[in-house]
Amino acid sequence: MTEAPLVRLDAISKSFAGVQALSGVSFSIEAGQVVCLAGENGSGKSTLIKILAGVEKPDDGRVVIDGESFSALDPRISVARGIQVIYQDFALFPNLTVAENIAFSAELTSGHRLVNRRRIRTLAQKVLERIAVDIPLDTRIEALAVADKQLVAIARALALDARLVIMDEPTTALTEREVQSLLAIIRRLKAAGVAVLFVSHKLAEIFEVCEKIVVIRNGEVVSDKPAGEFDLDSLAYHMTGRHFEMTVARPFDPQAAPVLEVRDLGRDGTLDGIGFELRPGEVLGIAGLLGSGRTQLAKALFGLLPVDRGEIRLDGKEISLAGPLDAIAAGIGYVPEDRLTEGLFLSQSIARNIAVGRLDAFSGPLGWLDRTGLGAEARDWLKRLSVAAPNAGVPVKSLSGGNQQRVVLARWLAGSPRILILNGPTVGVDIGSKADIHAIIADLAERRLGVIVISDDLPELIGCCHRILVMKEGRIVEEIAGGAVDAGELAARLAS
Amino acid sequence: MKIDWTRNETLVFLVIVAFCLVATAVDPAFLSLPTLFDLLRNSIVTGIFAIGVLLVLISGGIDVSFTAIAAFSMYTTTLTLVSLGVDVPWYGIFVLSILIGTGLGLINAVFVAGFRLPTLIVTLGTLSAFRGFLLTFVGSQLISNVPAGMRDFSRLTMLRGTTGEGYFYSLPWAFLALVLVVIGTWFLLNRTLLGRKIFAIGGSSESAHRIGIGVRGVQVFVYAYVGALSGLAGIIHASLARVANPFDLVGLELSVIAAVVLGGARLTGGYGTITGTLLGVALIVLVSNSLILLGIPSTWQSVVIGTLILLGTGLPAYQAKRAALRAG
Repeated sequence: MTEAPLVRLDAISKSFAGVQALSGVSFSIEAGQVVCLAGENGSGKSTLIKILAGVEKPDDGRVVIDGESFSALDPRISVARGIQVIYQDFALFPNLTVAENIAFSAELTSGHRLVNRRRIRTLAQKVLERIAVDIPLDTRIEALAVADKQLVAIARALALDARLVIMDEPTTALTEREVQSLLAIIRRLKAAGVAVLFVSHKLAEIFEVCEKIVVIRNGEVVSDKPAGEFDLDSLAYHMTGRHFEMTVARPFDPQAAPVLEVRDLGRDGTLDGIGFELRPGEVLGIAGLLGSGRTQLAKALFGLLPVDRGEIRLDGKEISLAGPLDAIAAGIGYVPEDRLTEGLFLSQSIARNIAVGRLDAFSGPLGWLDRTGLGAEARDWLKRLSVAAPNAGVPVKSLSGGNQQRVVLARWLAGSPRILILNGPTVGVDIGSKADIHAIIADLAERRLGVIVISDDLPELIGCCHRILVMKEGRIVEEIAGGAVDAGELAARLAS
Repeated sequence: MKIDWTRNETLVFLVIVAFCLVATAVDPAFLSLPTLFDLLRNSIVTGIFAIGVLLVLISGGIDVSFTAIAAFSMYTTTLTLVSLGVDVPWYGIFVLSILIGTGLGLINAVFVAGFRLPTLIVTLGTLSAFRGFLLTFVGSQLISNVPAGMRDFSRLTMLRGTTGEGYFYSLPWAFLALVLVVIGTWFLLNRTLLGRKIFAIGGSSESAHRIGIGVRGVQVFVYAYVGALSGLAGIIHASLARVANPFDLVGLELSVIAAVVLGGARLTGGYGTITGTLLGVALIVLVSNSLILLGIPSTWQSVVIGTLILLGTGLPAYQAKRAALRAG
């Protein structure tokens, strides 16, 4: 029996203020099919999602659902036809319980005016069972981990009899293991006849679940083929139109005096017996699952987390870090994991963000700031790190993820540090920016900085780092030479 | 039941108990029926206001104009009836005041839901505007000759009695209004979809919008509801006092909001309970009425209330933070 596809996009075009976001996009999704929509940031993926959700109307083209043709959808039509979007931020209510969040959309469409706790709990329980997930129904969303929030968002979509679930960058905030359980759920949905449109710019995971990969670039479909016909390189090429080579750590002088020595560093309950050395020009990776103490170690080295014992030596001299200011003064820079919330003043200009760490250097006798100097310095850094921004005066929030990350880097480099700690340097950036950031890391090392990279991205650690320290329960349990393992083996050692 | 020390309700309850113990130690006459009935009577108006404020805080907004709405509704209603010289039963008078209050609440709603303006700015503006309009165009004279309906209402006594020592005590039927408002609002918040939508938009109005909740419609309801409760509280206040003073009520805003926040509602929206609010009201009323009993000058009231707010909201926040640190 040949059926019409569940959803077919037919020559969809859309422009915003004269910028063509999508032009003539066509592809189809069959019932129960797992399709991946791959593309870099700004390629038009989000616009496409909004058109399917009915939030945006296309300028041209048609959306055909079950053979019925629409020139535009609206959110009610989309929902009624079983199209559910799981946004990157999940759109949940932090103050309501798991059960209520799952049942809310279904309650809205049911027409009930009164709420009945038992009805809500039964519905939520049934849906969670469908994806074989166990989350306490009465927990408030604010108390859940990111991965569980995502499961609740998926459950909410299913509560409305979704037939196509669109997941927008679902793996961005997940650890390796959580990604695996998400993929298991996607397989279960597929088995139940629910189609999934998996929107991502991460490459490796795309292959694991998808039957078909649709690649868009600059608003056009550049490739629409079964997943088996792609490999990592060809997919990267289609997405970016460029060829990449994995950055490999460049050699350094192993005889040089260590720039950083850490001995027996410990803090009750979080870190224990941490000891290592870092030489100028060396890139040291730290791998570990969430909760292994890797972020705590980074914070301890930056003075954000007080330690109970142990010593930290910089260029052979013992230093004590009572706070980040001490660390900065000693020449230690830290680029945090969540660049959006921890690292940047989003509504402030690029120039101010770059200068904020060392305003002293730019202040005159009465504390007046030398604005010309600040501007010139900022422009210099924008050029050196090739940040795509119209000028140094625009607010940081107007930049893409990768460019924001570069601004954070610029801030720390502007202070000429001896050591730079990068926590998740490429979380949430697209493949092009990622390659650029890896090149920057190699450059930094070449300028004889000691670099520490903490990452969930195992190929990144293996490619960029000379050595990788594996952390577990607050201890360093293993040291591996970069390049001596592959990602699968490293993952196995992390989990064991 | 396990005692949850991170909840505001627990703390406020303990402070109330402690306060009563100290008050009784200083003056044994404190622990008596007349004191209790005094406090109950004094919490009627504050309590109705507080329930309204709770609703707005849960929805993620704030309303500081409710006292001006109450004064406006109460005074305009009284003045209209007095100048027309018509005899309307008390419930008719109440309906009129509530309608005026609802209308003023809808004006807030137009700015908040219609023009998407920040709720604090809007209601600070209307607080001043409603009050100014009342005093300039409606009247600024005290009306002591209130309509017969209002006087009738003030005489409706629910409970009365005399203690062994010969002290007289009574509770007006107006107290039932607070009870009904409490029950009705509890049902609204916890058992109706509309109530859950109020929690939802307070938790995340962006999420609410995306799953198809009509955020503006819910906001219109919330501000109209607060307006209606203010109209009710205003007319009860004037009836019990048997005088309509246009300068009354305004100035109470902060202690009412304080009561609600003490009870655990968050200014950031999405959280708050009726029980907590009532405990907060009880504490504020207790402090405002009984400090003098303890021999503490009345000028100390604001200091005590301020300290309570800092402790009452600071302690749970601090404990929650410590719990979060321990967890991860």
